[in-house]
Amino acid sequence: MLIDFSKIFGKSKPSKDVAKERLQLVLIHDRANVSPEFLEMIKGEIIKVIQHYMDIDEGALDIQLTRTKSEDGDRVVPALVANIPIRNVRNAGK
Amino acid sequence: MGEVIVITSGKGGVGKTTTTANIGTGLALAGKKVVLIDTDIGLRNLDVVMGLENRIVYDLVDVVEGVCRVKQALIKDKRYDGLFLLPAAQTRDKTAVSPQQMIDLVNEIKSEFDYIIIDCPAGIEQGFKNAIAGADRAIVVTTPEVSAVRDADRIVGLLEANELRNPKLLINRVRIDMVKRGDMMSIDDIIDILAIDLIGVVPDDEKVVISTNRGEPAVNDEKSLAGQAYRNITKRIQGEDIPIMNLENEDGFLSRFKKLLGFKTT
Repeated sequence: MLIDFSKIFGKSKPSKDVAKERLQLVLIHDRANVSPEFLEMIKGEIIKVIQHYMDIDEGALDIQLTRTKSEDGDRVVPALVANIPIRNVRNAGK
Repeated sequence: MGEVIVITSGKGGVGKTTTTANIGTGLALAGKKVVLIDTDIGLRNLDVVMGLENRIVYDLVDVVEGVCRVKQALIKDKRYDGLFLLPAAQTRDKTAVSPQQMIDLVNEIKSEFDYIIIDCPAGIEQGFKNAIAGADRAIVVTTPEVSAVRDADRIVGLLEANELRNPKLLINRVRIDMVKRGDMMSIDDIIDILAIDLIGVVPDDEKVVISTNRGEPAVNDEKSLAGQAYRNITKRIQGEDIPIMNLENEDGFLSRFKKLLGFKTT
């Protein structure tokens, strides 16, 4: 068996880690693509909850599943990004 | 009432048919009455893997079209008590059968068998829809490769969208030597990504190739490591709590040395 020096000196990471990272990335994309109905469901629920506390512009509400840098900055993680325009905050909670 | 289990994967060539043959034979060896249904119309192979290719008279399409009765199309495996095969048609295509016809078929025979194991074709089109239509639960087969795991993830999503909740994962052709070197994703890596329950791990084993050459499922081979893995999976399907085989010990230097000297290690 040949000795892989680059591995010993830590120059390249194991190929299985590369595989895992590539998979995680491609799956975020695959999973985000499959179900618009799923996002619609989330959207409906979020609207219901938020409407208890504030008046929002339902028509302009936008929810997307996307990717973003993780907090430690060296990974890409899935993120649910919601843009919810608020018309008026209700005072009922006070 | 029998239980209907579909063996699926998305990607081709990961071992669906071999898995179907081994799980079916394993269940029959455990005394269960089992029928294997090949739904890969046009590309049938379960018959050759089972070594029953010379006994086909009628097939799945003949049954759904009413050319013959189900009983006439079932091939009884003379080596294993209680094991039957319903072969796919070879000269038709996937559209020759509909999901509703599959549901009707399994409902017709369900009461007479303990298990109905359905071998699903590769892909996510008509053949896949047919295969999963009558199933109670699903086993998703994958190998530790990026392409196979990706397709498995898609299949899990599609199964759940079709009300087949909680599918189980079978990781096939694991090479523990490569996992140890860091050149193959480990069981944990794959579970981490797919986030579904594991039903078993089958090591890459030459004996599977040899047994397929002969048309005799490896599950019946006492010396085969893959055979042992399939026997364990068979027990888990029946509800037994069997720990996942520790492959680390099986391929260590000592066991290889023992094998060289002719000691039985498994």
